[in-house]
Amino acid sequence: MNAVTANKLPNDSRQQPGKPPVARKRNSLSKGLLPRWAAPGIAVGSLILGAAASTLGGFSVASFAIYAAVIFVVASAIITTLVEGPRRGRNALATHLVYAAFLLALIPLASVLFTVLQKGLPGINTHFLFHSMNGITGAADNASVEDGTPVLGGAYHAVLGTLLITLWSTLISVPVGMLTAIYLVEYGKNGPLARGITFFVDVMTGIPSIVAGLFATALFAVIMGPTARMGIVAAVALSVLMIPTVVRSTEEMLKIVPNELREAAYALGVRKWRTIAKVVIPTAISGIASGVTLAIARVIGETAPILVTAGLANNINVNVFGNWMATLPTFIYYQILTPTSPTNVDPSIQRAWAAALLLIAMVMVLNLGARLIAGLFAPKKGR
Amino acid sequence: MTTNALRRSGSKGQAGDKIFSGAALGAGILILVTLLAVAVFLLIQALPTFTADPTLVSGGEGFFSYIYPIVIGTVIAAAIALLIATPVGIAVALFISHYAPRRLAAGLGYVIDLLAAIPSVIYGAWGYLVLAPALVPSFQWLAENLGFIPLFEGPASQTGKTILTAGIVLAVMVLPIITSLSREIFLQTPKLHEEAALALGATRWEMITMSVLPFARPGIISAVMLGLGRALGETMAVALVLSTGSLIPSLIKSGNQTIAAEIALNFPEAFGLRLSELIAAGLVLFVITLVVNLIARAIIARHKEFSGAN
Repeated sequence: MNAVTANKLPNDSRQQPGKPPVARKRNSLSKGLLPRWAAPGIAVGSLILGAAASTLGGFSVASFAIYAAVIFVVASAIITTLVEGPRRGRNALATHLVYAAFLLALIPLASVLFTVLQKGLPGINTHFLFHSMNGITGAADNASVEDGTPVLGGAYHAVLGTLLITLWSTLISVPVGMLTAIYLVEYGKNGPLARGITFFVDVMTGIPSIVAGLFATALFAVIMGPTARMGIVAAVALSVLMIPTVVRSTEEMLKIVPNELREAAYALGVRKWRTIAKVVIPTAISGIASGVTLAIARVIGETAPILVTAGLANNINVNVFGNWMATLPTFIYYQILTPTSPTNVDPSIQRAWAAALLLIAMVMVLNLGARLIAGLFAPKKGR
Repeated sequence: MTTNALRRSGSKGQAGDKIFSGAALGAGILILVTLLAVAVFLLIQALPTFTADPTLVSGGEGFFSYIYPIVIGTVIAAAIALLIATPVGIAVALFISHYAPRRLAAGLGYVIDLLAAIPSVIYGAWGYLVLAPALVPSFQWLAENLGFIPLFEGPASQTGKTILTAGIVLAVMVLPIITSLSREIFLQTPKLHEEAALALGATRWEMITMSVLPFARPGIISAVMLGLGRALGETMAVALVLSTGSLIPSLIKSGNQTIAAEIALNFPEAFGLRLSELIAAGLVLFVITLVVNLIARAIIARHKEFSGAN
């Protein structure tokens, strides 16, 4: 995609600014093309027709937008075909469909973010942030609905659980992932083992998260008996998901470290491991850090593996090696699926959305943080 | 730097070299072992299901008749997701690579990547509380006007918690995968091919169909396969959105079930044979997604030298 492409399109000649439509008759290049006001004209026309069509079956913004968009796409294709010929007509149709697809893809993003903000903000307060669900029963929720008192209970235990489990999985995945990437780039030299590892790391990226959870459960069930559910099992499950991401991003970063740096170190008589530890990794550290941050962002929102490994707790538990633990995603899941008070679900739904807002804020901060790290401390690529 | 003369010049640090390379090699092998262990441990825990008396397995007719409907349900949900996400995802990738103003393109790509960053449980909550109620009128319209097709047989679900809703939520989650991979490949189309097409008087769409899409075809196929892998294994969106039931052809009634959601919904209360049944279901899911991913990776690997995708 470049600017040249856009300018070379024949039918762009009608879009040159400052040329009045009158010039069309004298210019042989723009003969047989639609006038410049055609597209906005068709747009206005289809908005009016869309409004009319949507009022027929009960007006709603969604049906209005759909009707207007469909009428615009079809009408402009037909009109372009009639005036400029079928090839241009197909081009117009494809262009508008591509634009429509992009707008369509933005709708769920906007809707999710809007819903989480709108429904989550009322539930965020210091009580929610610093209290667990310990002792909160259906009776408390019923009371808050009937008497209008504030909703009790919060996600403090889930926030702690999320942070601890993510911390442990990071502690497991980062060394393993980085060392694997170092092996692939510095030692493996594209040999059969290195190629095999690369291939299976790619395959590992595609493991469904729930299968990773089942693996961790099965592993600990063999070691410790069938009811071993605790934070560290969840951390192992998340590591299975996190390691491939860490390997891939670290590998990419190590590959762009210029070979001259390594050779300069070797020429000074520095040993290979010192070269890697003191020259290669510091050069690539910003990219590695950003990749690790993105990997954390990926696993922090995982629900399914936690569900089958750490169980569900309502109380605060900071010991990852014993007892069940809650995390924000499982907290959201259980608050929605099994409300604390089956008759008054609103307090549970409110807590779920507030927790969703917290979780999305964490993920967004991690994503932006990764971008910032990569942008601010980017190494000179030397090319 | 590994000549003998230099080696002999000092043994200081030699141990470090050995430890370091050994640790790196060990970490690499650990990954292979882990993947093998996933299969082995799932198999060990699932074994009782295969050897158990068929009447004791859920449904009472053995593991195969238990797993078969939910495998079909998983495939249906993934198929709906791909039917929606493939055309939209490719079009969005084209928009970013060939239609959007160049300055906006990178930013727009980031916006689509944000879709991938949102946790699946939030998509599930959104599908459950926002999308499903919003789709009820459309389902009723489908049941009234297209009810003669078995896929849209009424009466439509009053809650909107159907396999079609789950498929739509899955489509949203798969879309960024298809978009980002396709975009990478579209950007690698040889500029000369594009300019040659334009110089011959092709419209932009003809240029895309003649030079960009043929070049990118293997990349698109593997992107869709990777999306399929994600859609098959996605748990929370289905577990929250779908009101489960037995296998039925209608997409707009509550019913059907997927493997991942079956595990998530039943695992917390499961023990004994039920537990190994669910782990066996997980093993089936693992094998299915493994095959899908292997095919996708094989396609990428075969075309790697000129597409550069990875």
